[in-house]
Amino acid sequence: MITEFTPYMSLGGGILIGLAATLLMAFNGRIAGMTGILGGILPPVSSDWPWRAAFLAGAIIAPMIYVMSGNTIGFSVPISTGALVIGGLIVGVGVMFGSGCTSGHGVCGMARLSPRSIAATLVFMVSTGITVFVVRHIIGGI
Amino acid sequence: MRILSALVIGMIFGIGIAISGMANPAKVLNFFDIAGSWDPSLIFVMGGALITTAIGYRIVFGARSTPIFEGAFVVPGNKIIDRRLVAGSATFGIGWGISGFCPGGAIPALGLGYSETFIFIAAMIGGMLLARGIDTAVFKTAKA
Repeated sequence: MITEFTPYMSLGGGILIGLAATLLMAFNGRIAGMTGILGGILPPVSSDWPWRAAFLAGAIIAPMIYVMSGNTIGFSVPISTGALVIGGLIVGVGVMFGSGCTSGHGVCGMARLSPRSIAATLVFMVSTGITVFVVRHIIGGI
Repeated sequence: MRILSALVIGMIFGIGIAISGMANPAKVLNFFDIAGSWDPSLIFVMGGALITTAIGYRIVFGARSTPIFEGAFVVPGNKIIDRRLVAGSATFGIGWGISGFCPGGAIPALGLGYSETFIFIAAMIGGMLLARGIDTAVFKTAKA
């Protein structure tokens, strides 16, 4: 399935992600990593759960308002429900042991040149690339 | 105020993810499918986010010794690249490559209202809790 190349929207979106990461550090003193923020509202819940819940709520509400005001966001899941569940489980286990994901390691950690985040980002980018190649070109879809 | 600022900043993050294409699994998977239907858009997302954050953090850490609404910056100080980090990240990549969803892409995608996102998030939270359970049962007990 082909998706349209969107350099301007993607760059604009990336700058907003970076702006949010900067502001969260400036105002709340925290890394904008989704794994860490979400992990803190799962049992055993962190005592500082309210700001985490507020951040997650904002991240969900804003795209909702954006599409409700007549804008469209491309969305398509080109895999089976079974693969989606297995993928979700693997992502959940991986980000907990890896202490972060694309936002925490790939953006915030890389931006402050953390050696752990640089290593983590290299590893998961290569691992994702290999997985996509195997799924699409060796197995032929899932 | 710290709750309100987190809410507003979360909104900026969510909009950024949504318009960037990171909330769209098909687009994410195509970024990694260089040998097939390649869509290089995500280079612009990651590049834009990384450069903005790198400059932003420099300004923040240069201008202030504490955040505006909290007593201290909470920044991980660990520099050791261990097996746990590498194995966890490699595992995450397998799941990301299967599903096209990462946590930062999937949470804002909930706001778009598609059932697939809810299924993914439920499974992902299951995986996170499973990892915590394994951690408590195996590693912490083994250490103690």
